Amino acid sequence: MNRSKIYRFRHGLAVPLAELALLDFTQFRETLLDEVASGARVVAYFGLPVDREVELYSIFAHDWTSELALIRTRVCGSFPSLTPECPQLHLFERELAEQFGLRPEGHPWLKPVRFHRAWIDAADIWGRPAGEQPIPGDMEFYRVEGEEVHEVAVGPVHAGVIEPGHFRFQCHGEQVMHLEISLGYQHRGIEQLLTGGPHPSSVYQMEAAAGDTTVGHTTVYAQLLESLANCKVPLRAQALRAIALELERLANHVGDIGALAGDVGFLPTASFCGRLRGDYLNLTAELCGSRFGRGLIRPGGVGFDLDGTLPLPFLERLKQLEENTRGAIELCFDSPSVLGRFEGTGLVKADAAEALGLVGVAARACGLVRDVRLHHPFGGLCDRFDTPIIEFDGDVFARSNVRRREIYASFELLHQLFKNLPEGEIRLPLGPLAAESLAVSLSEGWRGEVVHTAITDAQGRIARYKIIDPSFHNWSGLALSLRGGQISDFPLCNKSFNLSYCGVDL
Amino acid sequence: MLTIIRERLRQKHRTTKYPKIEPVLPPRFRGLPQISATLSAPELAAAVASCPFAALSDREKKLQIDLGRCLFCADCPASTEYGALTFSNDYRLATNRRNELLQEDEIYLLAEKLDKKMLKLFGRSLKLRQISAGGCNACEADINVLGTLVFDLGRFGIQFVASPRHADGILLTGPVTKNMHAALLDTYAAIPAPKLVIASGACAISGGPFSGSPEVHNGIGDLFPVDLYIPGCPPHPYTILDGLLRLLGKI
Repeated sequence: MNRSKIYRFRHGLAVPLAELALLDFTQFRETLLDEVASGARVVAYFGLPVDREVELYSIFAHDWTSELALIRTRVCGSFPSLTPECPQLHLFERELAEQFGLRPEGHPWLKPVRFHRAWIDAADIWGRPAGEQPIPGDMEFYRVEGEEVHEVAVGPVHAGVIEPGHFRFQCHGEQVMHLEISLGYQHRGIEQLLTGGPHPSSVYQMEAAAGDTTVGHTTVYAQLLESLANCKVPLRAQALRAIALELERLANHVGDIGALAGDVGFLPTASFCGRLRGDYLNLTAELCGSRFGRGLIRPGGVGFDLDGTLPLPFLERLKQLEENTRGAIELCFDSPSVLGRFEGTGLVKADAAEALGLVGVAARACGLVRDVRLHHPFGGLCDRFDTPIIEFDGDVFARSNVRRREIYASFELLHQLFKNLPEGEIRLPLGPLAAESLAVSLSEGWRGEVVHTAITDAQGRIARYKIIDPSFHNWSGLALSLRGGQISDFPLCNKSFNLSYCGVDL
Repeated sequence: MLTIIRERLRQKHRTTKYPKIEPVLPPRFRGLPQISATLSAPELAAAVASCPFAALSDREKKLQIDLGRCLFCADCPASTEYGALTFSNDYRLATNRRNELLQEDEIYLLAEKLDKKMLKLFGRSLKLRQISAGGCNACEADINVLGTLVFDLGRFGIQFVASPRHADGILLTGPVTKNMHAALLDTYAAIPAPKLVIASGACAISGGPFSGSPEVHNGIGDLFPVDLYIPGCPPHPYTILDGLLRLLGKI
């Protein structure tokens, strides 16, 4: 009976809110659990303040039918937590608690996510003083007590040139019993800045949501506005976006393999890949002037064309890079000393990955077939991508090998895209956004699934914008991979996930 | 072992001869902007109003650009429509003072070397502690690149270190989020004096794309005295390296 209340749609379409039933919480809960039991993933779960209540939206992805589904309800004050039955909601519910002062009753791990003040006039559920900026990292950390048990605290300022975050290890000797990760230091308030928009500044904030995923996030943002404005992006622009996305994947995956090799002391691959990563960034700069793809993706199309004589030297450079990349990577995957460190380290089991809703490289390394390019394509790659890369062991080796094989698959994909580059325009004007509608947009960034969703108000302005970086799901995977492992393996495990801090903190 | 040596030969020697030989940047790279003063009053007003980050202003009826706010985006109507602003291929952008980032004519004052005393202390060996305070990781990524064999930062005596206690200064990225404010002050305080401060990227200088957000402090402001400003979003690795080498009097 409940099933009829679900709104089913496809990627790229806007949903008029008027067509969306408002379920009571019991129906909402049952429907959500039913959907998840039937194989759906929760790709977004967020609130929109309406009068004195909060409207709760849950968006599902049915991967094998390329279908998206949507339900909503209203809550006020508190609601029974769904996390005990559906663990992949754990961070979404913590977020709701922090943003709107809602209490998910029975949440097993109810702590702040980003340490900011509530977005609406609501009492803080952790009893922190009203009107004051919360202190980041100020929360009850999980503790193991006992003789010879010790705690290691790291961050927010870390040893390398990396972003800030706080890590707490509960250790018995070298063995890690538990790792808890507390973020929020990079919180810039991006979602709130989008409210009332899109503003002239919005696209630049999207480009800097997670700087290493500029193409991923900006593409998803552009697709979202295009869905809401019913703008059909020219095919050439879609292909150029796909090219940029694969270049971003190449740069980051190659850099990651170099860094992984560096973390186990295998310097040849570390050195070669460090250089090669920069060369892929330089290829993106040939296209748009920026090594990170700034200025390339714009709502309605792309800002730069691969015109004139550019494609030829582009392909030549890519060919040279491909040879060097294969050489550098194979060197490390042929070394027993490297494999000895990679194999069996940082294990995440498939059922845990599925329960926590891991995505991207981390999920595919546990045998989960999750790739937006295959399941929920938008435009350019529709018929070009049919082989997601899957490994089964869930360890550092599996995560590295997914990257290695994806690098080789990206070369293939790029050659295909260049060969079949459609002619025509690269950018169309974006019309006004549909009023009182909701749209969801997804893309397989190099780390995994990037999801944005927006709800518009009666004037067609953004009333709520929600960003979900793959790291949002995957940090829990990293915490899990350390359980029972050695604390000295942390850098290697961390690198094998290589998650974004700012993508979560927003 | 032999395979490694063979691969090493195939990968070739890749360290650049910079600063002896100038780098070749992609033709579309957007560096130092040039302003041609040919805007009518309404065009000037439209150009100034178009920048969401207030990088453009009207200074005595002439267009002025603040490189500390500019994201070097490709969208500026002053550039695309009126042709009053062109981004050259020149990657050299770092300055010593905030007001030197304001450009209106052809003269752009690049950073000068430290004074004699500081140069004696740091000229041959500079250890920096990088602090990311709300950065998007693009600035950080292109700082990390300086450590690769292409740039080989170590050959200039510059190194990024793990502890502020080992550092001679900080290199700040990010708009200084409220949540990183205390950690930034603590890290700065932990560095022994005398110390250098380098603000790298539009965020650290002015808040960049996040200026005006209630969750950030709009960059370094007058939190600490700054020795070097490196504009860009993110700054190109050569822009950063050029700034550092100028500060140490090596260019």
